Amino acid sequence: MPEPVLLRHVREPDQADIHGYERRGGYTGLRRALRELSPEQVTDLVDRAQLRGRGGAGFPTGRKWKFVPKDAPVKYLVVNADEGEPGTFKDRTLLEGDPHLLVEGIALAAYANGVRTAYVYMRREFYQARRQLEKAIAQAYERGYLGQGILGTDFSLDVYVHPGAGAYIAGEETALLESLEGKRAMPRLKPPYFPAVMGLYNKPTVLNNVETLCCVPWIIREGPEWWLEQGPPQLYSVSGHVNSPQVVEAPLGTTARELIERAGGMRGGRRVKAFYPGGTSSRPLPARHLDVPLRHEELAKLGSMLGSAAVIVMDETTDMVKVIARVCEFYREESCGKCTPCREGTVWVTQILDRILHGRGRPEDLDLLASLARNMTGTCFCPLGESVPPSLRAGLEDFRDEFEAYIRAAREPVQMPVRLHLGAPAPGG
Amino acid sequence: MLSEGAKREIGALRARYPVAQSALLPALLRVQEELGWVPPEAMAEVGRLLDLPVEVVAEVASFYSLIFTEPVGRHVVQVCTNVSCLLSGAEAVRERVERELGVRAGQTTPDRRVTLLAVECLAACDQAPCMLVDERRYGPLTPEAAARLVRELD
Repeated sequence: MPEPVLLRHVREPDQADIHGYERRGGYTGLRRALRELSPEQVTDLVDRAQLRGRGGAGFPTGRKWKFVPKDAPVKYLVVNADEGEPGTFKDRTLLEGDPHLLVEGIALAAYANGVRTAYVYMRREFYQARRQLEKAIAQAYERGYLGQGILGTDFSLDVYVHPGAGAYIAGEETALLESLEGKRAMPRLKPPYFPAVMGLYNKPTVLNNVETLCCVPWIIREGPEWWLEQGPPQLYSVSGHVNSPQVVEAPLGTTARELIERAGGMRGGRRVKAFYPGGTSSRPLPARHLDVPLRHEELAKLGSMLGSAAVIVMDETTDMVKVIARVCEFYREESCGKCTPCREGTVWVTQILDRILHGRGRPEDLDLLASLARNMTGTCFCPLGESVPPSLRAGLEDFRDEFEAYIRAAREPVQMPVRLHLGAPAPGG
Repeated sequence: MLSEGAKREIGALRARYPVAQSALLPALLRVQEELGWVPPEAMAEVGRLLDLPVEVVAEVASFYSLIFTEPVGRHVVQVCTNVSCLLSGAEAVRERVERELGVRAGQTTPDRRVTLLAVECLAACDQAPCMLVDERRYGPLTPEAAARLVRELD
């Protein structure tokens, strides 16, 4: 197992202080870039490191940066620190333990993209992370890593932390931009205009996740070949029924079985029933997939995804109907209400799941859920509503017996036929 | 209604952005730090400070769950109820805290001491089940430990 990279210094008590960070090699990547590399060369190194976004979509970072028009007079960098995908806590871990790593990553990304102003959009609940990052930013200004004429060059950059106020949807990149503009966090339609071309204030905008940017200083410092030899390093947030839930750094493509082992094994020695490989927006997988490499390609083949790499582990005692109902409720609560299939679909789905859980399920409910899952796919501006069907499909295909057991046990079977028509009144709970 | 200090800070926030409306959320949060919540008069005042119609301020304020448009208690306790915490006993924590305070999630104690919220993932699943008491995070919690924390709030 290679030595950790992203988490290497995160537990050092003085790492959040600029002296500790510098002593362990911090800001050498930025120094190297400003002295030896053109902005294009920085982008090129990131591209050659095959870095993919760590927020959930997994888009290649170097390619994203190349979409940004070179000649635009005003461009922005926006950092997504709105970590909200259930089960994900790796960005918070980096922010609290190694905030200068992000500051250096921001400076490098800004240099590569010709950006002079960066905003870090951070969820409100990250009080400790915000204190750490604001202190790091202030220290970086003092030492000349931010501000006017950085390290004696003509590169200048201002960085501001911007608080969110309790909205999961603001983690979606275009909703985040709306929120940063002081509006309701409702997604924009894309295509045609992606943030790289038309983002914040309709200016070209580079939008990256915290972990993504924390990879950049290492890539610039040690080179893309070294980076790839390290795995490449990937943070997996491992939680649920494991003995020591924690952020595990492991080579991209590590299996859930190994990650569970790294997180102290299963509580009470119980067996795994299922796991979410990439947050609750990914399709949960039954235990037979414990040896699948958790990588974009392999997970896509299973109808799931790496997402934010949040591995939520559930043991054999888990009630999958209850978990899936809770997941769907989450999306109902967080739907911004803009698109009908998401706004209404999440309500229908949770009503049906609720009645199944409360002993009033109907045999035809499972087909109704499948139909709703179909109608919520590919019909909305953003992926929020589409995050419900993967859990439903897993429930109906891999854990159907649990749903059927609830319905069989229904105390008062209801004979009324239910057929789904869009526009029909919602099924009564 | 707002202190001079808050008004000055909101003015400074405005200067961080090329468009004044961007300062709206930070400004509302600043108001909340001072008043505990954002009453309609404060919305109007923020609107004046940022050159925004009060309708825009209200429209935005009402969208975000952590902008309180109704009075809250002196302390806000947020108990996570999402999946990782659920798997680790969050329901028992929530029920125990509800019993301790004598209110349900979403309510404020009659003496205005505590507002209890059941919230979504706090990104602290390594501390599941967890909760936020004002700005501090606690976890992993037993129901008893959670009850003790809220009991000790003044």
